[in-house]
Amino acid sequence: MNNIYDNEMKIEFLSKSNNEAFARISVAAFVAQLDPTLEEIADIKTAVSEAVTNSIIHGYEEQMGIVKLICKIRENEIFIEVSDTGKGIENVEIAKQPLYTTKANLERSGMGFTIMESFMDSIEVESVLGLGTKVTMRKKIKSNSNKEEDFAVSTTATAIRGEE
Amino acid sequence: MESKFEKKDKRLIFKIEEDIDECSVQKMRRKLDNEIERYMPKEVIFDFNNVSFMDSAGIGLMIGRYKLANMLGGKVGVANVPSPVRKIFEMSGILKIMPEVEIEKGGKI
Repeated sequence: MNNIYDNEMKIEFLSKSNNEAFARISVAAFVAQLDPTLEEIADIKTAVSEAVTNSIIHGYEEQMGIVKLICKIRENEIFIEVSDTGKGIENVEIAKQPLYTTKANLERSGMGFTIMESFMDSIEVESVLGLGTKVTMRKKIKSNSNKEEDFAVSTTATAIRGEE
Repeated sequence: MESKFEKKDKRLIFKIEEDIDECSVQKMRRKLDNEIERYMPKEVIFDFNNVSFMDSAGIGLMIGRYKLANMLGGKVGVANVPSPVRKIFEMSGILKIMPEVEIEKGGKI
């Protein structure tokens, strides 16, 4: 077993939309060990929700399939992988464009990938038509000591500049 | 979700009280559309005070209701937007077409 990660978890669930909440809450609980801020948790939950929704409504459409969710932690960074064995994406670059959607009739906004990109540090999408899609995202959680340091540095800088 | 229709101002207020994702919007859509069609309000307000989570499904939900209310001659506003929801709204530009209203203080769109 490779041990470059400090911790790891894997969940598989049916592609039912009521599992979206289960998926994002599980990830939030797992990432809690890094002591994230409320905003960092909200960002991660939203990104997970977008990726899982894509697998359910685009990857598997009306059919049932398995969505696989893997989370890994290395130091203060979380890696999240959401994959399906659904129909795949024909052109990933086009699919990632803001407002692009193939399901406007379902009131999909086409903002899923845009949200994942802006709420996480990075996102990679691998997809093969007919075989499925894998989305890998990562985000660094600022550790508590970093947060205090940031605060100390900014206070010191302010003091040096003689402001406030 | 609770809804309240204020006859005097023809204002319909929806208090959303659950996570907004692809799963929950499917159920919400029907109820929202029924009420909007029934009351033909001049103003529709979505109160997010008790919403702790919203993803992009919420954008589609809001724009869909905006189109319907507009077609029936009404405006749409939002109230008590918590910060995680605000982030999604700002990213999508929704606040430009659905202004924030302070309903507790008797604010109007």
